[in-house]
Formats: sequence, C-alpha cells, structure tokens
Amino acid sequence: MSTLTEAPPPLAPQAPASKPPKRRGRFTPYWLLLPGILWLVVFFALPMIYQASTSVQTGSLEQGYKVTWHFATYWEALSAYWPQFVRSVLYAGTATILCLLLGYPLAYLIAFRAGRWKNLIMILVIAPFFTSFLIRTLAWKTILADGGPVVGALNTLHVLDVTNWLGMTAGDRVLATPLAVVCGLTYNFLPFMILPLYTSLERIDGRLHEAAGDLYARPWTTFRRVTFPLSMPGVVSGTLLTFIPAAGDYVNADLLGSTDTRMVGNVIQTQFLRVLDYPTAAALSFILMAAILLMVTVYIRRSGTEDLV
Amino acid sequence: MTNQTGPGGDVRLTGIAKTYGAFTAVHPLDLTVPQGSFFALLGASGCGKTTTLRMIAGLEEPSAGTVHLGDQDVTALPPYKRPVNTVFQSYALFPHLDIFENVAFGLRRRGLKSVKKQVDEMLDLVQLGEQARKKPHQLSGGQQQRVAVARALINHPKVLLLDEPLGALDLKLRRQMQLELKRIQTEVGITFIHVTHDQEEAMTMADTVAVMNAGRVEQLGSPTDLYENPRTTFVANFLGTSNFIEAEVDSKSGEEIVLKAGGGKLVLPGARCSAPATAGGKVLVGVRPEKISLTHADDAGEIAEGRNRITGRIADSSFIGVSTQYVVDSPVCSDFEVYAQNIDRDPRLVPGAEVVLHWNPAHTFGLDAAQDADAGVEEAA
Amino acid sequence: MPFVNWLKRNLVVIAGLLTLGYLLLPNVVVTVFSFNKPKGRFNYEWQQFSLDAWKDPCGVSGLCGSLSLSLQIAVWATLGATLLGTLIAFALVRYRFRARGAVNSLIFLPMAMPEVVMAASLLTLFLNMGAQLGFWTILIAHIMFCLSFVVTAVKARVMSMDPKLEEAARDLYAGPFQTFVRVTLPIAAPGIAAGALLAFALSFDDFIITNFNAGSTVTFPMFVWGSAQRGTPVQINVIGTTMFVVAVLFVLVSMIVGNRRTRQKA
Repeated sequence: MSTLTEAPPPLAPQAPASKPPKRRGRFTPYWLLLPGILWLVVFFALPMIYQASTSVQTGSLEQGYKVTWHFATYWEALSAYWPQFVRSVLYAGTATILCLLLGYPLAYLIAFRAGRWKNLIMILVIAPFFTSFLIRTLAWKTILADGGPVVGALNTLHVLDVTNWLGMTAGDRVLATPLAVVCGLTYNFLPFMILPLYTSLERIDGRLHEAAGDLYARPWTTFRRVTFPLSMPGVVSGTLLTFIPAAGDYVNADLLGSTDTRMVGNVIQTQFLRVLDYPTAAALSFILMAAILLMVTVYIRRSGTEDLV
Repeated sequence: MTNQTGPGGDVRLTGIAKTYGAFTAVHPLDLTVPQGSFFALLGASGCGKTTTLRMIAGLEEPSAGTVHLGDQDVTALPPYKRPVNTVFQSYALFPHLDIFENVAFGLRRRGLKSVKKQVDEMLDLVQLGEQARKKPHQLSGGQQQRVAVARALINHPKVLLLDEPLGALDLKLRRQMQLELKRIQTEVGITFIHVTHDQEEAMTMADTVAVMNAGRVEQLGSPTDLYENPRTTFVANFLGTSNFIEAEVDSKSGEEIVLKAGGGKLVLPGARCSAPATAGGKVLVGVRPEKISLTHADDAGEIAEGRNRITGRIADSSFIGVSTQYVVDSPVCSDFEVYAQNIDRDPRLVPGAEVVLHWNPAHTFGLDAAQDADAGVEEAA
Repeated sequence: MPFVNWLKRNLVVIAGLLTLGYLLLPNVVVTVFSFNKPKGRFNYEWQQFSLDAWKDPCGVSGLCGSLSLSLQIAVWATLGATLLGTLIAFALVRYRFRARGAVNSLIFLPMAMPEVVMAASLLTLFLNMGAQLGFWTILIAHIMFCLSFVVTAVKARVMSMDPKLEEAARDLYAGPFQTFVRVTLPIAAPGIAAGALLAFALSFDDFIITNFNAGSTVTFPMFVWGSAQRGTPVQINVIGTTMFVVAVLFVLVSMIVGNRRTRQKA
C-alpha cells in the first residue's frame, strides 16, 4: 500500500526511472488485476476467438468440424436470416425510442418534482428487477390477451387501426404481433433507460432552471436549451443500455411474438441449441456483435461523449 | 538560526530534494526548524512548500537528502512510525467515524486501550466536548478544523505539520482560528510547521517564515525582517507591496550609497543593499508604500533636508477608510504606490496634482537589478 | 382555465406516473394471478380466487429445487465477482500501470455485448474443451458477466474517496494493513455492497447466458422458461410476488434504519 497515495503534480508525470529504489509494490496492481482479468480473458475474450474460428469451420456434428476458412458461411447466414437482422434493429430501435419517451418524464419527475416521494418512486422503479423478468414478461400475455381490457381500449381508441396500418399488429390481436414484442422489450429495458437519465438529471444544478427563467426562457425553452443538453450523457448511456440488450434479446420475441417476429437472437439460440449448426450460429453471433460494436462506436463518436465508461 | 537541541529536538532537513521525472519540485534544501517554534513555509501554489511538508511527514520520499528529528534520522521511516502528525488541507476527517473515534484514532493504532479520558480532555481543549458523537459532515468548517487539530495533537507529536489548515474557512473564522492556533501552540509548546500561501497568515502566526519560490527558499527570517529587508524582488512583492526604481550607483561614501535615478539623487544605507554596489552599476531601489509621504509640489520647500525625494503627478486615488491609496506617475517609475494615513488630508491631493514623494533614506532597500521587478506580484494577488 | 394551467404545470408528473404504472402493471398482474385457480395448464386467464398455490408453494415438482439452485449460484457468483471486481477496481483507481486502456476495454466490453453473443461464444469454448455443462459452467459464466458491473460500482466509490484519508491514517500510526481495514475498506464498503447487490440480482435473474451453458441443469429462470412452453403453475406467481415483497421490504427497512441512525446522531 505504500504507493497508494503518490500524487504526481500535473506538471509532469512521474517517470519510473526517477523513483527511489526501495519502493515496494511496483507489481501490486498486476497482482490485484490478475485473477479478475484472467477470468475475463479465459471466459470472455478467448471464447470470442473460439467463436470466430467456429464460424469458419465446416463439417457435421457426427464427423466433427474443421477450420476450412469457409467464409461463405457468413454470406449464407446473412442471406438466409437478413429479415431477422432487420427486425432486431427495428424492434430494438423502436423500443429504445419508446423507452426514452416514457423514461424521460419519470426520470425528470424523480430528479426534480418528487420531493419526499423520491425514494419511494426510486424503489418502485428498481424493485421489479427482483422479480424474475421471465415471470413479468409472461404477465404481459395476460395483459395483452385477446379480447382483454387493454386490447379493447386500444380498439376503441382506434390505436389498433394505426398499428395495423404500420404493420405492427394484425386484426384485433396484439399478442403474437410485433407490437407485443416491442411492448415487452420496452418494458424490460425501461429501468436501464431511467437510471442513467436520472443520474445525469440529478447532477444538474436546480439554479440553472431559475437562471434560464430569469433570462426569459419559457419552461419548454428551458428544457430544450438547458435541461436536455445537460442530460445528454444520460440519454447516450441510457439508449446504449437499452438498445444493446434489446437487439440481442430472444425472450420477448419468443414469449410474446410468433414465428413472424423472430429476431436474430432467436435464430442464434435455435441454431446453437436445437439445430446444432454451430458454424452458422457462430457466424450470426459474430455479425451481431460486429454490427452492434460498429453502431455503438459511431453513436458514441457522433454524440461526443466518449467518456462513458 | 539557533542551534539549540532539546528533548524533542529541532527538525533538520539536509540537502533534501524532490524530483518527478524532469520536474524538480524541491531543489536541494537545508533547513533547521528550532524546537518549539512556530515556523511557516510561505509561497504560491506549486512552489514546493507542501512537498517539503509531506517529506517531513513521510508521505513523500525525498529524492535526495535526509530528514532529522533531533538526533534521529527519520528519512527512511514510514509516516506511521514518525512522531510527527499532520493537520491536512480540508482536514481529511474519517467520514465513517464519529468525532470521538476520529480523535482517538492515533491512540488506538498505537495500542492504547483506555482512551476516553484523553480524548475527552482533548475535545474540551478545542471546545468540542458536546459534539463527540457526531459525524464529521454534521460539523461546521471551523469545528471540523478543530477536530483535525485535536486528532493530531492528542498524539503529542514532536512536530505538528499544518497544510493550509485555514484555507477552507471564511475570512472572519480564519482570523479567529489564527489566534486560536497560536494560543494552542504556546500552550503545548510543540514545534508547528505551517504551510500557507497567505502572507498575512504567515506573518501573524509564525516566529520564523521561509518564503519559497519555484522549489527554493528565497529568504528566511522573522516576519519583520522579511518585510523590512527583503533580499529579492519576489519576497518584496509577495509580502506586501513594494515600489521599485532602477537606479545607477553614483558613489559610495562610508555607510551610504548615493544613486542617480532620473535627474535626482537617492540615498540608500549600505547595510540594506543586498546587491553588489559598484560605481556605475545598476541597483533596484525599493521602498514600501506606507513609508512614503506625499507633499503638494507647491509646498516642496517645506520638506526636510536629507530625505529621498521624487516628483510626480497623482494618477489615481482611492479612499479606503484608515488610509488613502495613491497611484503616482513619476519619470522614474510609472505606478508608484503611496499609502497615506488619513490624519490631516490635504484637499489639493487629487488626481492630476503635481506632488513630491519623499521618505527617510533608512527605509530604502537595494536589490540586484538583474531580477524581474514584478516577480511575485501575480502570486501574491 | 385553471384546470388547463394545472395540467400544463403537472404534465411531467402525470406522464412520469403513467410510466411508473406501466412498469408496475406486470407486478400487479403477477400478484393478482398468484391467487388464481386456472382451468387449463396455463395461468393467463382469471378464473376464481384461491389460496391453493400460497398454501403449497413447492407443490410443483422441480420448482423449489430450481429456486434453491439459483440462490446458491447467485450467492457464489456474487462472492466471486465481488472479490475479483473489487481487486480490479482498486488497481484501476489507485495505480498507474501499462495496459490500463486494455484493461478498461476488457471491463467495458462485456457490458456492451448482447448477452446472446457472450452466451454463444462461451458455449463454443465449453464444447471445444469438452466441459461438462452444469453448475460449474453456469457459475463461471455468471461470475464473468457480473464482474464488470462490480468493477464499475466499486470504482465509482473508490474514485470519489479522498486519498488524503489514507494519508491521514498512515500519519496517525496506522500501518498499511490497519489503514486498509480501518479506513479504506469501511469507506469503500457502500460501493462494494452496491456492486454485490447488483451481481446478486443479475445472476439470480439471468436467463440467456444460463440457457446456453446450463446443459440439463435447471435454474429458476430456466424453470419458468420451460413452464412457459409446457404450462405455467400458479406457484411461479407466488414466488415472483414473494421476491418482489421481500425486495421492497428489504430496501425500506434498510432505509428506515439508515435514516434513524443519522437522525439519532444529529
């Protein structure tokens, strides 16, 4: 611990050469890192490499697979499953936007308007986490049941006409349609949007609102010019935390959707666990990973907040 | 500096230095702090004063040199084995412990079992007996500061180090705590080494002040000595305000040096000139603003003989209650500052008035003209 | 138009509360349907009130076994991830070393990766190594994906900690070990606890990664998944409701205790 507190002045970083010889613990950080990093290397990074190699193998389950640099698997997988890819991006994107629209008012409410109810609301946002998300997702089957009150209300309000026209629903049904899947995705990842939003809203000095008001900004202008820009870090990390897991999800599509709403996650799961076509599954998974990393990188660059981690 | 050695002993730094890569925070430095004194390290931020303090505490390893406490070489000792305690900047009170446990921390770590009596006494000394069971964040800044002092003093260190201990307090509280700390120091008789960037604080509290600049001690002495006889422009500017005139040495007659500046002559006592004064050489002549008298040019004849004098025109004046501060434009120096006590105010002394500045030659000091006359002005602000 | 003005001023509150309702609706349904007496195999339609499931929560074969397995895995995964993650967090905050950027990326990537990708690639590794899928492979996977979250939580706390506190401890005669135990650890504790709690929740509720790497072992989420295909017993709702109530009570009690403690000291 003897090196814990060295604080080099901002003028010049401490060059190792000038350190006094008897400093202990030069290797301490490496010892601290070793077990955890080893774990991540072996069980996170190494599997990625295995997967990459699997994706270019050919063979069969009976005779075993060999690396043959068969990149055609990628092309075949893409041409066979591009609708599922498109669906994943569409569903996850829609769910993310809905999360932002729904989550922002709640995060704002907790941060600025909740007063003494703040803690209680916070608990109510987090508490559902502790009920298995599968059980909660199944509850949507009841809520969106055919002929149930929710579907009835949507029908009366002609919302279903709009969603039918958008291709999100079919007829009088919500269950087993894209709308149900998007609804489930939105529900499942909403807390991941609310928490980062709340964190960055919370940091905003309340006096800024007063200052904006003092400088002739109406409430809506204040929000658009002051509050929202300042909450951008929360918006960025919230959308990432929602979009990434939503794009890879297959639970909602499976439980609330139909064969027409299958997402890429469903395909990977089926290929891996039922069809046992490992090269195709690995290729799909690799494409998904690459696509998401690419999108995330571009998104972070464009939104100008690179210090998210 | 005296060389007395008592049971606690002096703090003696020998050739101590600290470098970070290519950057030298503290140049090799020799310093002796006599036992029982109140010693201040004064300087702007980044001058190396805190690094020096941390090397005494053991929180920083010197790149070279040794630290002695009395006869003991403590250079290699870790902080927890040194009989030295620190009052940290912004106090560093343990947030998870209450006030009592904060103060008892040092005693407990040294294996003392019954600490209650000592801690209670200590808390009474700093008038916090009532707050013993509160957490640090429930106290005011001044109270936290007293806890920090109590937490260090209870261990009866040979030396107490104070790192900008009053920096976080407002002006009024700071004044009060200055007196309070001075009282405690007199009472316990422990050596205090105090790091500060506030020259007023250093001068009111310390017996001896070391002015540091860019990793070196510029000058060391009593507050009056430093103020009256600065040996560098940095010290002259950092402690209070000084006016400088660049002058040429005309002649040297016994105790006095006669200088030429503009058209006039100035006299400087030889003992107060820290620069080599050879005829024809340059010298920076300094004088403090409050030593100067201001007389309207019409009354120039009434000025006594033997005083240094300069003519000029008042450029600006501001009335600040106890005194009036004038800025005077003169051929030898553009912004001459003069502080005149408001005893008999001459109504003619308004901006634009022609005046004569005059002062007793004994208040003049001479510095090496090779340095920047404005050194330390920025830092002191 | 006082009503319209009121509406304008409180639009955010109304919208926020609606969202909160959306979030809580499924929990209400889960709770209500834990008192249902379904006709067929599936518990999706309300039939009649019954306490049957509450009287016999373990009445379905395999349910309570899977629950206890999930709890075991969650406890071990939490311990493992918290220990490893805390060490990494300290190394990252307190030391400068080479490969810092690489380490940071390695921590960040698992959080930015869809679960199904990690799940599939980990399965590839296990298949290649010929590992027996089951308790241990699940545990390994859970520690892996919980690790990053623990690091993030602990790092935030340790970063906000004033390094002067440790200097003060050393100055006050605490050696390196004492400093760590008496000062560093207690101050970092809330961050470590938050990380551990998060790890527990993530592990206990994980389905996708477990689905890939469990083999024939059935954790509680796997049990629910299976029953969604074969028939959902009411007991699932009983367990879900209990978990929700226990969680809320746990948080409430810890908050009340915390409040009282600060008030007493004040």
